[in-house]
Amino acid sequence: MNEPAPETPAARTVPPRLALWNVTKRYPGVIANDDVCLDVMPGEIHAVLGENGAGKSTLMKIIYGAVHADKGHLIWNGREVHIANPAAARHLGIGMVFQHFQLFETLTVVENIALALEGKFDLKALALRVTEVSAKYGLPLDPHRLVHSLSVGERQRVEIVRCLLQNPQLLILDEPTSVLTPQAVRRLFGTLRQLASEGVSILYISHKLHEIQELCDRATVMRGGRVTGEAIPAQETSASLARMMIGRDLPVCVSPPFAGEQTPVMEVAGLCYTNEDPCCASLFDVSLTLNAGEVLGIAGISGNGQAELLAALSGEILSAADAIRIEGKPVGRLDAGHRRDAGLAFVPEERLGRGAVPAMSLTRNAMLTAHRQAGMCRHGLLRFDAARSFAERCIARFDVRCGGTETLARSLSGGNLQKFIVGREVMQNPKVMIVAQPTWGVDVGASAALRQTLINISRTGVGVLVISEELEELFEICDRIAVLAGGRLSEAVPKDQTDAERIGLLMAGNGLVAETL
Amino acid sequence: MHLLEPRANPSHLMRWSGPPIAILLTLLAAAALFAALGKPPLQAFYVFFIEPLETSNGWSELALKASPLVLIAQGLALGFRARIYNIGAEGQLLMGAVFASGVAIYTEGMEGVWILPLMVLAGALGGALWGAVPAWLKTHFNAEETLTTLMLTYVATYLLSYLVSGPWRDPGGTNFPQSILFGESAMFIPLFEGLRLNSSIFITLLAVPVFWLFVARSFRAYQLTVGGLAPAAARYAGFSGRAAIWMSLVISGLTAGLAGAMEAAGPVGQLTLSLSPGYGYAAIIVAWVGRLHPVGILLSGLLMALIYIGGEAAQVSMQLPSAISWLFQGMLLFFLLGVDVFVDYRFRRRRDKRLMVREEAGA
Repeated sequence: MNEPAPETPAARTVPPRLALWNVTKRYPGVIANDDVCLDVMPGEIHAVLGENGAGKSTLMKIIYGAVHADKGHLIWNGREVHIANPAAARHLGIGMVFQHFQLFETLTVVENIALALEGKFDLKALALRVTEVSAKYGLPLDPHRLVHSLSVGERQRVEIVRCLLQNPQLLILDEPTSVLTPQAVRRLFGTLRQLASEGVSILYISHKLHEIQELCDRATVMRGGRVTGEAIPAQETSASLARMMIGRDLPVCVSPPFAGEQTPVMEVAGLCYTNEDPCCASLFDVSLTLNAGEVLGIAGISGNGQAELLAALSGEILSAADAIRIEGKPVGRLDAGHRRDAGLAFVPEERLGRGAVPAMSLTRNAMLTAHRQAGMCRHGLLRFDAARSFAERCIARFDVRCGGTETLARSLSGGNLQKFIVGREVMQNPKVMIVAQPTWGVDVGASAALRQTLINISRTGVGVLVISEELEELFEICDRIAVLAGGRLSEAVPKDQTDAERIGLLMAGNGLVAETL
Repeated sequence: MHLLEPRANPSHLMRWSGPPIAILLTLLAAAALFAALGKPPLQAFYVFFIEPLETSNGWSELALKASPLVLIAQGLALGFRARIYNIGAEGQLLMGAVFASGVAIYTEGMEGVWILPLMVLAGALGGALWGAVPAWLKTHFNAEETLTTLMLTYVATYLLSYLVSGPWRDPGGTNFPQSILFGESAMFIPLFEGLRLNSSIFITLLAVPVFWLFVARSFRAYQLTVGGLAPAAARYAGFSGRAAIWMSLVISGLTAGLAGAMEAAGPVGQLTLSLSPGYGYAAIIVAWVGRLHPVGILLSGLLMALIYIGGEAAQVSMQLPSAISWLFQGMLLFFLLGVDVFVDYRFRRRRDKRLMVREEAGA
């Protein structure tokens, strides 16, 4: 490992491990980083806090040499450097663990690690070093296992060990906990603290306030590409950090009780789906009951059958006829269009390209699913005036900020497009509404509005099913929560009878024991 | 690293200016080419683009050639919007001609107003069938339609060749591979004395507004467009991908088959090997140059017809090789695709270090 900085009396004038001066990066139509300054000391765990789109990831890519700044200076251990590419960054001692892992699934752990190393290597010796380093930092790994057989937490370990083998002085982690269970998060934090104690600097990128308060020594807060503040997280409250991050107080959702009768609107029984691709998830005997007037949450890490379950429910994958019933009617053999006729509405995870056609106007996007209900289609011909008025009402009712009904879907921000899609589905008076990752990449203000919309629509007697990776979100809006792990769905439990800890255990794929090691 | 970067907001004006710019670039390149061949460019352009339009016969020929191009391109554009690339319209045209000619050959000597409509129907059916084969292959075996449609063109060519040199060869002819000359009941009537333009033009004139209405207003066309722009959104909305494949290929086959019947029962008047001067291929360019828009296709079809006629004139009066028309077609498509790249993307200049420093000093 890297030598820790010598703690002599003269060390109080130690230069920062990394300092950024006035870094600016423009993309067509957007300034991702505007005059950003930041410094990280040796052995410091430094948080970069901000919402999606605040410019955190771009900044990290600049440090890692994957993106080049238009302006500004990078000072590494007191010397100005120009980082031409990621290889140069690694050479300096900068390691990065990406949010989306960069691993080959069909290769073993040690082969994946060897690919990132320069020069000659001996696989046997390397495997020994992998075992050694992983044991030292509490990251147990079998170097000879194939990556596709590893859990997400284990894959992240591969990424981290791969960085550690290059003796980094600075480790960048981009939203490392978005795919981890609460238990795995704690283990990761242990490792990071150990690394910091040895002098490794850590840049920790996240939008999760409580994690930053628990782990980080200092935080730089970003909003809209600019640095809006520096803080010592331990001395702040979640509310004060949130104010820095979004510029105002965190909005809160209210869940009134449902007055009507809790009859089942959608029943899934023994739903199975075998995926032909062995690297993708299958579904095993999934059963659930969704009642009118409730929000049912499905927690779990993506890749555990979420995409397959959604496709099976929406009708993009067909199943046995009575595996899925809407208001008692078997719909398993019906395609997506006919299930909509039966009262299903669906908001997919991908907004652009699936929930909306990027190159079409909002009027034309309204027709995508609303053509059947609102008299937009007669004798096979479209009625644009009806579609336009539908889009107008949707924009007004759900506060979609855009340039009007003829704006192209792709020019809307993530939050506003999501409001439009949710609104379009809500306005068709569904009986069942399925929403995947409702606030993914959406700013905090729009997230709160979307969550409240989902609660409100459920209280009108609609059954709302939410699939999300964000546990906090599920606990905020759901009445009952189930967990989808390894293609199996746990029983839905009322929110007040469970907690993040128990849900976390289920997410790890085991109802009783935590993920071993 | 990247030489081209996407434009944030591609200009609408530039998208429609693309075809005229491409035409201009084609003319410039052609001028250079004529000059290199030792022909005065201005005279060549005159022969190519002005002279043919100085006579009523020229206009008649223009309409006669534009008609099948426009008709086929309308059908092709429908599939292109859905990203279903039928590039075998030539084969579908030949099959349409074969089916229509079959009617004419087996009704030889008969008279009646029903023969010509039957030929038109048979032509449409033949083209549609030849389009249905790749549709079936795609929906059942996921076979790429760009390959199957093109390969079926060769099958159609050989089938035609077999028929005209075997069972359907004119028994009273001179052993040339061609059928009998069709009777009067099996031909479109000429519209003007002494000109070749015939009543089949009305089929095309009817097709343009029908396709315009279909593309602009129909739910079916909307589904096709969604399928082309965002396939996942089409699946999400429950639009059938199979229906899109069947419809695109069968309709484009049908229009090509109609065009084949129009050729056989029109200017050619019999089934021969040289029935089509590549209309099925040229229509692909017509569809793109017309921006897949029914009215745009009408204009680009006229332009392409002019290139055909001008090419013939240039062969005769300037001794230019016959490949000149193909060259024009190729250049037109090349420049259009090139222009389109710059509508959606722009060059990113390599950053100049000194410039950066100056910028910083100024900031």
